[in-house]
Parts: sequence; structure tokens; C-alpha cells
Amino acid sequence: MIVEIAYYIGAILLLIGALFSVVAAIGILRLPDLYTRMHAASKTGTMGAGLTFVAIAVVAFDGPVILRALVGFIFLILTAPVGAHLLARAACLAGYKPSELTEINEYEESMK
Amino acid sequence: MSRVALAIVLAIIWAAITGNFSAPNLLLGGSVAILALLLIRKEFAPPVYLQKIKRSISLAGLFLYELALSAYRVSVLILSPNMKSKLKPGIIAFPLSVTSDVEITLLANLITLTPGTLSVDVSEDRKFLYVHALSVPNKKALIKEIADGFETKIIEVFK
Repeated sequence: MIVEIAYYIGAILLLIGALFSVVAAIGILRLPDLYTRMHAASKTGTMGAGLTFVAIAVVAFDGPVILRALVGFIFLILTAPVGAHLLARAACLAGYKPSELTEINEYEESMK
Repeated sequence: MSRVALAIVLAIIWAAITGNFSAPNLLLGGSVAILALLLIRKEFAPPVYLQKIKRSISLAGLFLYELALSAYRVSVLILSPNMKSKLKPGIIAFPLSVTSDVEITLLANLITLTPGTLSVDVSEDRKFLYVHALSVPNKKALIKEIADGFETKIIEVFK
């Protein structure tokens, strides 16, 4: 009984995770510049992969596997924002201009 | 946290990842941890005391909640047909009142996972954090939101 419930919960988590991953990919295609794209990759992408990890933890029923899935989840959440931040910073330093939709850019002003 | 304690924690995490708590594996994890610790610089975060654990857990909860919320909001934005008209991106300077490396890192990470904001860089004098936002209708309100939310929570945990 509990096993079946866990499988259903795991399947639902997996589906939601996959959905977030697809939306992240669509976002990278649709958004206008690197900075806005990093929003899609860092948040939606992390959520998608993170939910997949949690789904593994739910259906595993095996101590070491659950631990590894949870550790993977934590590392993912800790590293994704750092990656997004470094990419955005590198783009700024390389002189990549934000899209013309951008309203204010105090970072560029500070560099002058 | 002292280096020894950190090495032990890292060895246990290693055992957890490899799924093998045997003595040789713990020793291997410990040696890798010591090697890694020798490579990085010598300062470490101040010790986390018991009374701070509760606040840390509440901060972790907030972190997860904000991540879910921001993933949802960004998804809605991405999937809306008139996305371009809803976008008003901008990079603003957020005046920092936290000072230590750990606090700034944590705040920057939290900002990245909050709806619509992404930290770009810290100014060289560590007074400002540059934040990219998907939509900046009101700069002052955005700064106030971050200062009253995450920054206050982080100061509570680390003070």
C-alpha cells in the first residue's frame, strides 16, 4: 500500500519536474537576452532537476540511494544560483549589452 | 567550524554519496576532504550554535518556498503569449547592510532564487550588490522587499 502511494507521489513529482524542465528550455528560447535567460535556467531549471531528485528519493526505499538523491538536491540548489550569477557577471564584464527592453542598468553606470 | 570538524563532516557526506559507510571508504573520504581543505583558503565560517539551528532551518524553508514560487512565476511569464510586453528588465544596485563573505554569498544565492531577481555582481567595496530583475516597475519597492525579507532573516541567523 505505502509502496504504491510512494510510486504515485514519485511519478507526480517526476512529471512536474519534467514540465518545469521543458518550460525552462522554452524560456531559454523565448527570452530576449542572456540575463533574462538565466532567470529561466537558474530557477525553473533547478526546480525541474530538483523535483526529479526528490522523486528518486521518494520511490527508492533504499537508504544510501535516498541519501544520495537528497545530497544531490542540496548541491544542485547551492550551485545553480552561483553558476547563473557567474555567467551573468562574465557577460557583464565582457560587455554583453542587455536587450533594448532593459529600463535601468546601474551596473554599467558604475563601471564608467 | 574548525578544519578537523569540517573534514569529518565532508568524510560523512562522501560516505553518504557513495552509499558505503565502511572504514576504508570513510578514510578515503577523509583524505580527499583534507586534501580539498588544504587547497582552499584558511578562513572558515564562524561556528553555528544550537540556538541558531532553528533560525537556519526556517531560512532553509524560506529558501525552498521562494524557489518553488519563483520557478512557478517565471514559468507563467515564459508561457504567456504576450511575454515581451510584460518584461521590463533592469539591473539595479542594492545597498548591502550585511558584511561577511558568508552572508553576502547566502543573500546573493537567495536573491537569485527569488521571483524575478538574479544577482549579477558585488561591487569592489562590497557596498552594493547588483541585481538583475525581470521587471522593475518600482526600484525602491524592490530594494525594500529584499532588505526586509532575506537580509533581515540572514542577519538574524548570523548575528
